[in-house]
Amino acid sequence: MLAYAAKRIGLGAVQVLAVACLAFALVELLPGDAAVALAGDQPDPAAIARIREQMHLDEPALARLRDWLGGLLTGDFGASLVSGRPVADLLATALRPTLVLAVSTLVLLLPLSIGLGVAAARRQGRWPDRVITTFTVGLYSVPEFALAVLLVSVFAIGLAWLPPTAVGVPSLLAEPAVLVLPLLVLLARPICSIARLVRAGMIEALDSEYVAHARRVGIPERRVVLAHALPNAITPATAQIARTADWLLGGVIVVESVFVIPGLGTALVDAVNARDLPVVQGIAVVFGATTVLVNLTADLVAFRLAPRLEVAR
Amino acid sequence: MPHPSTSPQMSRRVVLSAASLAVGASSAVLTACSGDSGTGASEPKTGGTLRAAFAGGGADETIDPHRVNLFADAARAKAVYDKLADLGTDMDAVPRLAESWTPDADLTVWTVKLREAVFHDGGPVRAADVLYSYRRIADPEGTFRAKQDLAPIDLEASKAVDDLTVEFVLHHPLAEFPNALAAFGAYIVPEGTDTFDSPVGSGPFKFVSFTPGSEFTAERFDDHWDGAPKLDRIQIVVADEESARINALLGGQVEYAHDLSATTARANEGNDAVVLVASPGSNMLGFAMKTDRAPFDDPQVRQAMFLLCDREELVESVLSGRGQTGNDLFGLGFEHYAADIPQRERDLETAKALLAAAGVQTITLDTADVGSGFTEAAQIFAEQAREAGIEVEINERNADTYWSEVLTEGQIASYRSGAMPIASHISQRLLTDSPTNVTQWHHADFDERYLQLQSTADEADREVLYQQIQQRLHDEGGYLVWGFADWIVGTLPSVHGVEQAPANTLDWARFDKVWMD
Repeated sequence: MLAYAAKRIGLGAVQVLAVACLAFALVELLPGDAAVALAGDQPDPAAIARIREQMHLDEPALARLRDWLGGLLTGDFGASLVSGRPVADLLATALRPTLVLAVSTLVLLLPLSIGLGVAAARRQGRWPDRVITTFTVGLYSVPEFALAVLLVSVFAIGLAWLPPTAVGVPSLLAEPAVLVLPLLVLLARPICSIARLVRAGMIEALDSEYVAHARRVGIPERRVVLAHALPNAITPATAQIARTADWLLGGVIVVESVFVIPGLGTALVDAVNARDLPVVQGIAVVFGATTVLVNLTADLVAFRLAPRLEVAR
Repeated sequence: MPHPSTSPQMSRRVVLSAASLAVGASSAVLTACSGDSGTGASEPKTGGTLRAAFAGGGADETIDPHRVNLFADAARAKAVYDKLADLGTDMDAVPRLAESWTPDADLTVWTVKLREAVFHDGGPVRAADVLYSYRRIADPEGTFRAKQDLAPIDLEASKAVDDLTVEFVLHHPLAEFPNALAAFGAYIVPEGTDTFDSPVGSGPFKFVSFTPGSEFTAERFDDHWDGAPKLDRIQIVVADEESARINALLGGQVEYAHDLSATTARANEGNDAVVLVASPGSNMLGFAMKTDRAPFDDPQVRQAMFLLCDREELVESVLSGRGQTGNDLFGLGFEHYAADIPQRERDLETAKALLAAAGVQTITLDTADVGSGFTEAAQIFAEQAREAGIEVEINERNADTYWSEVLTEGQIASYRSGAMPIASHISQRLLTDSPTNVTQWHHADFDERYLQLQSTADEADREVLYQQIQQRLHDEGGYLVWGFADWIVGTLPSVHGVEQAPANTLDWARFDKVWMD
């Protein structure tokens, strides 16, 4: 398992590097550069040329890529073209709210979705199953932005129970009330997809030979479900959970903008708007790294839950 | 000064603006029976914290007052700093730190008297601080925004006569020189300031804290020369989406929401929970024709475009009626505006005849999603042109590079302009060497007329020149100005003293005269 993990980490590093180069190339291909974007509706050519020179945008692209990758190896993400602030600082600031949202969502998501899935599977075909299935299919088809707007208009503005946005809040954890609506929006769809996968896995597991055997030898039903059936039932859902974690860590732009949460998604949009290449690349590296890490974790967890899978490799 | 936007943000905006409509409409119903609006203000009260939501620029925002770019930057800067002058609601220069300005006979040396004012650290505002600030902005290596406005000043030759008197020597005569003292970003900082971790200004509020892309807090400065503000504190918070700003206002998270759309305004018209303050004339909307190339190098074709345009329809549909009709001139309602020139009306028959005579069959109209209603206006105008018998091909360009591209490329382009003095509009856009001459209007006699205006000390004589210049632009210029959008901000009913004022003028985002119940 260690050799497998080491190989995966090595491959991950290469993937992150490739993402960084790709991000550089794509931003390079966009029309205009940071100087033109910064000049906006005052496109005085002399001013644009001056900005370009100050930002060293007149140097060849390959030289800039080389300098940047070199800095990256020493942990230096470079400085923002727009403000001159270190990109690492900027990323750390934006990462915090994204992490708070992602971790709280996952902490709520796992017990809720697994519980719903197991509950539905154990009462397969009866009314609790039908209610859960109808609910999960229905909710899954509501896009985030529509749900966000609906929740804000009902609970924040209509009933005035909860704050509509997190505007001006110094830290999300300091005022947990602002987290409630964003968390509901972020939970809605993943709960549905994961609960349905767990339900399917659970139905299959409860129907299996080893569960029948466990029941025959007299192991209590509770233990059969939780200790024997569940680990196998969750395995198919781990990939989906990993995808969800990755989605959350990428900063969900719709949720961030409706609720005014300055996370990674907002930072990326701002940086692309300003053609702030070092920041775009820094975020691409962070996204690449989280995707690789999350998938690695998911594979290792799946391996732990159902070791027979490694044989198949 | 709005933040240049790209397509990812735009696609979100399209989705979210529909969403905000839904929110606005439902809240209007839900709150329709709450208390009275309270606009009829009584005695100003002291105290309280006002929270104001503005669109921002993320973690890259700066508090350096000479680097202001966004509306949020300008609102923060004007809380902490003062300029020598600022623009009044009709774009006349209003003295601020300057008490008076006096030109010499040929308008090339201006003596500016400063009023007695103090910085937040207790030091007096001196002539040396003014010269330091202007030299920092004018640094040839720098990219400060007000640099171009201060370019007429010979800062080497200018000097401090005494602590409260500055003598500005200009490179050429400039009758409208006080406009330069009011330039966007021309704030006065204490001599030697080069870092802004803890900004010290002479403005109505003292700096407390600033987190880029999130919040800015400042507290009352009791010794401000223009009287201490009523509010204890102001907080400027960042909410990029318009829907988030109106939601934060409706939810009571902020007391002031900057830059609301006409759609939001309409949805909240009968809503007593918010007060909408619409400032007319803030944003000019139109089309810029390139007067140096076919087909618009022919004045008859430009005339035809003027005549085929149905301005009322554009104002009604693009601005939801929240605006005024334009007369192909910049600066409606501003000082020196040629209000006596009759309003141009639609005349399809004449337009058709002119276009047929010139043999024009198709034109290409450039547009991009760089401002609200931009592409809609282009579509509607194209339809109007088709009624006059010409085919209009709409060329939608990339939003990021739009302004830079249409400066030199294309035939006719969607155009807008924020408020500025009419003289600045001319010097930035209509002289042969103007940096953003988007209509490619190059006429030596026109340049000369403008120089003559700037060298004319007598106000009545200058007014005549203003009228002549605008008459010429109205007759054969390249700007088709169809309308002026209102600038809309929203406040809670408990907020008083928010004036109607075009963006970036003295009374805009001016929180030192605001008070709350």
